[in-house]
Amino acid sequence: MGNKFRSIETKHHAERDAFFEDLKKLDRRAFLRVAGISAGIAAGLGLRTPHSFQLVNVAEAQGTKPRFSFAYISDTHLYEKKLNDRFVRAILKAVDDVNALDPQPDFVLFGGDLAQLGKPGELKLGAEILKAVKAPIRMMVGEHDWFLDMGELWTDLFGPPNYSFDHKGVHFVVLNSILEKDFWTERKLTPEERMQIVAGLDNGIQSRFEVGAPQREWLRQDLAKVTNKATPIIVFSHSPLYKYYRPWNFWTDDADEVQALFKPFQTVTVIHGHTHQLLSNRIGNMSFHGMLSTAWPWPYAPEGLPRLTVQMNRADPFSQFDGCGDGRMDVLASGMVDKLYNLWERNPISVRASYLASGGKQDVPPRTRLPSY
Amino acid sequence: MKLLVGTGALLSFVGGAALATGPATPPNAAAAQPPEVKKHELPVSKDGNLVVGLCDGETSMEVKGVKAGQSLTRAQAQHVSGALMEEWLRKNPDAHWDAVPLVAQAPAPGATTPRTQQPRPPAPASSQTVRPGGVTPESGGAEVKKELSAPIQDGHTYGAFSDRDEAIWAASTQQFVDEGHRVFHDAAAIGGTVGISCDMCHPDASNTHPETYPKYQVQLGRVALLRDMINWCIENPVRGRPLADGDPRMRAMEAYIYAKRKGVKLEYGKK
Repeated sequence: MGNKFRSIETKHHAERDAFFEDLKKLDRRAFLRVAGISAGIAAGLGLRTPHSFQLVNVAEAQGTKPRFSFAYISDTHLYEKKLNDRFVRAILKAVDDVNALDPQPDFVLFGGDLAQLGKPGELKLGAEILKAVKAPIRMMVGEHDWFLDMGELWTDLFGPPNYSFDHKGVHFVVLNSILEKDFWTERKLTPEERMQIVAGLDNGIQSRFEVGAPQREWLRQDLAKVTNKATPIIVFSHSPLYKYYRPWNFWTDDADEVQALFKPFQTVTVIHGHTHQLLSNRIGNMSFHGMLSTAWPWPYAPEGLPRLTVQMNRADPFSQFDGCGDGRMDVLASGMVDKLYNLWERNPISVRASYLASGGKQDVPPRTRLPSY
Repeated sequence: MKLLVGTGALLSFVGGAALATGPATPPNAAAAQPPEVKKHELPVSKDGNLVVGLCDGETSMEVKGVKAGQSLTRAQAQHVSGALMEEWLRKNPDAHWDAVPLVAQAPAPGATTPRTQQPRPPAPASSQTVRPGGVTPESGGAEVKKELSAPIQDGHTYGAFSDRDEAIWAASTQQFVDEGHRVFHDAAAIGGTVGISCDMCHPDASNTHPETYPKYQVQLGRVALLRDMINWCIENPVRGRPLADGDPRMRAMEAYIYAKRKGVKLEYGKK
């Protein structure tokens, strides 16, 4: 088959891959030249590239080099391989992606919901696959990992669900924000039934997520040790640490109390999973970034969407990986992060720290053509 | 004559009842026997003309100029049916009908338009209350009237339903929607083989947008109905077998999806 019969998708991917391949071989001056040429080529071909490829690397071009980067993989929702190979292929793809990053990230964050129903086979399969990640991996727990045995196996495999560490001048906190009040004992639910209910988004049976008083106390004590309030704080939390849409549990019930603990600090960034969509929010000194899922994208909730969110085009249901992906965070000197959404079937989208810091005035990410409805 | 009709009808009923209750007949045999239906024997025309019977089972009419076995022209058939109907109305002077509303008639070709002759407004539907034996107080028609405290058109059985009727309908509709909710949230019920259920991508049936169908589904290359997309999802992400149009699961899921979009403007064909 000749070149002219290649599908639009094939051509797009060939062009995209070639472009990123070339970028790796260039110094900065040559990069700028190629970026210009590629924009010219795109215009010449009549391609509609409202956010053409060169924008991805504007940060480097401007010389605002990040102090370090970390990558993420999130919400893989694994079933056992013999039942469902689809989600397994997706996490393998994500592992390949982060292993291909050059230079390698300082670490890889796993954003929670490794398993779909918290079964031993699912969690162990995930742990096995994640061993292939070259960079060190930081684990966060999601509700799908937790509610079959209340975190027993997950803790055995990966350690405690809440911890903190310092890295290159940034204080990192990992929270378990998916705790729920007991809704199962009175109903006499089996662990499987309990897990199944939590796994569903659109039911009113389960309780809402919370960090909980004991963990808030742990957090208060942990943050008290950070005496310099100019130290950038980055928080990993599976659920968004704010109140987005309660009926789907896009919500953390004690978000206000948790946010209050971060008030004294100048720069706080929260990276969360769970929502499977591009999501940006800014509350006071805190920036919030949602991560992509590798398993499936979720539509935006009918209300409560944070104002700074630039929606992603609604996903093409006919394309398995559309709306899915992984990504990278570049931690800037300021302590805020530039967020790269590596969408597998689309051009990557960057949400810059400056976009959030300016309240949505600067560096506005490309608008969607097909909003969710 | 009216009495006779009534008696005839009663006779057959009483005959059946006598059979069922008669001491000489074993009850089992009586139950097995179908009720006796009086056959409408049409009189034979001595000229060999066609004889047409009315469905009341007793009125008939000989059609002059048309031999038995021949078919009627449209004009003849209209004449015959009109004549038979008139005969039936003569026999049943108390038959209750809504007045035929007068509608504006197009003038005959060539006739001058009588501009002064305005068409009369349609006569209101009968203002009489329903006659005994038709709609009864148990049917709840009077309740409807009371509730609305407004003049209500009468003379129909349709619309004469009670709160209880409406409650039953609402409950059975809700049952249908609930069944759809169950199928929508259960990978096994939908026939999935990979553990994926509909709600995993469509919480609360979001992004199913049933109000945009039918529409040209670019990826399918044809106009699709909502059920076509449901089946596509079942075959691909869910990896099950497509459901037949009449499959109760398909019907229930459609009910659930539409129920979730209640109040959303219909905008079929939307991209």
